[in-house]
Amino acid sequence: MLSKRIIPCLDVKDGRTVKGINFVDLRDAGDPVELAAQYAQQGADELVFLDITATHEKRKTTIEMVKSVARQLNIPFTIGGGISSVADAEALLSAGADKISINSAAVRNPVLIEDLARAFGVQFVVLAVDTKLVNGRNLVHLNGGRLVTAIETESWIKDAETRGAGEILLTSMDHDGTKQGFDCSLLRKINDRINIPIIASGGAGKTAHFTEVFVQADVDAALAASVFHYGEILIPELKQELNAHHIPVRLQS
Amino acid sequence: MIGIINYGAGNIFSLTAALDRLGLQYGMVNTEAELQAYSHIIIPGVGHAGAAMQKLRATGLVEPICKLTKPVLGICVGMQLLTAHSEEGDSELLGIVPLNTRLFDKSLGIKIPHMGWNTVQHQNNLLFDGVDEFAQFYFVHSYFIEYKPIFDIASVTYGNRFSAAINRDNFYGVQFHPEKSGAAGEQLLKNFSNIN
Repeated sequence: MLSKRIIPCLDVKDGRTVKGINFVDLRDAGDPVELAAQYAQQGADELVFLDITATHEKRKTTIEMVKSVARQLNIPFTIGGGISSVADAEALLSAGADKISINSAAVRNPVLIEDLARAFGVQFVVLAVDTKLVNGRNLVHLNGGRLVTAIETESWIKDAETRGAGEILLTSMDHDGTKQGFDCSLLRKINDRINIPIIASGGAGKTAHFTEVFVQADVDAALAASVFHYGEILIPELKQELNAHHIPVRLQS
Repeated sequence: MIGIINYGAGNIFSLTAALDRLGLQYGMVNTEAELQAYSHIIIPGVGHAGAAMQKLRATGLVEPICKLTKPVLGICVGMQLLTAHSEEGDSELLGIVPLNTRLFDKSLGIKIPHMGWNTVQHQNNLLFDGVDEFAQFYFVHSYFIEYKPIFDIASVTYGNRFSAAINRDNFYGVQFHPEKSGAAGEQLLKNFSNIN
């Protein structure tokens, strides 16, 4: 049976992870390779690296980081942030990334999704969407959530699927950071209308929230950052809990 | 020493990284002469099976590969290339294993691509030696190889049952990505390197 995936998300800047991380005794908490290996060992099914490197020149550092992660990691990983062309994606692919995630650039130029899918296959293209409720409508937000658009989240996701997105990473900005649980009703609504995998993001605070989102929204994967980084949720315990609720997960042997 | 067919279909960085971690030596195969220089051959591959087949033809390695008697392992699209035909682009493939590669059936209520970790039921085969009975491997694909017991050495269920791994004589194929499948995948790569 296909397992539901648990995905820790790491923010990286200039090739180093940012945000404090204190769940394990690391020699260097900023080393993405060491962190990635720790998560893989704990039973993470996949990793997402979100690159918040500001300047174009420093993207080279990111490529080097992706290479070192790919050398060490024996599970798949996605890299997102600042990808706006087929050339950007190709550099990451040949550095060993399994998937890339695109967000703002795809909204500004939806043909990018088609170009990427044609060049590398749909399995390589994750569409990340940041959504927030504005006057009763779920609207797509850009630039890390700072810029609101008039585009309805649901129709954008349908459009992206048609164009060749292989997976959706949906972050509810209303839930993100609240630790009150995922936006199960929105996730369910969108999940029911698409035929590609969907990753839930935003709102995880405790293990029960993961059970909830898999049971209620039947999403394919759930992503979180701080609850994993701060050791508030340990992946082996989370998986035991999901398993106890008959949610199919990959248990480490 | 393992030779990797270098025909430009997909990312081989992850594969070579996995071999490096396992301490397995490898080199790239671009010509027929290089094909003879290695004891084991891996055919990697991602993307479109038809496009991959075209690229493989362009290397001139199709016939020499078909004649090989040393162990050969096709991974993902590299496995699909071993079959006779793919519904992807209605493509004629190597035909080393008389099977068809088919598109997942949406009407079964499954999402496409099949993406993630799935449980693989394997039989007594050298390739899976020491791999747990219900080990999970990482899959990502939209086309699958039909299940035929005679060539099947591992099966998996997604919508319906299909072959996760096949074997005919010295030719092996795995639909999942052993280089991305944690310890189980590493064991499998090691096993392949030990097949004589």
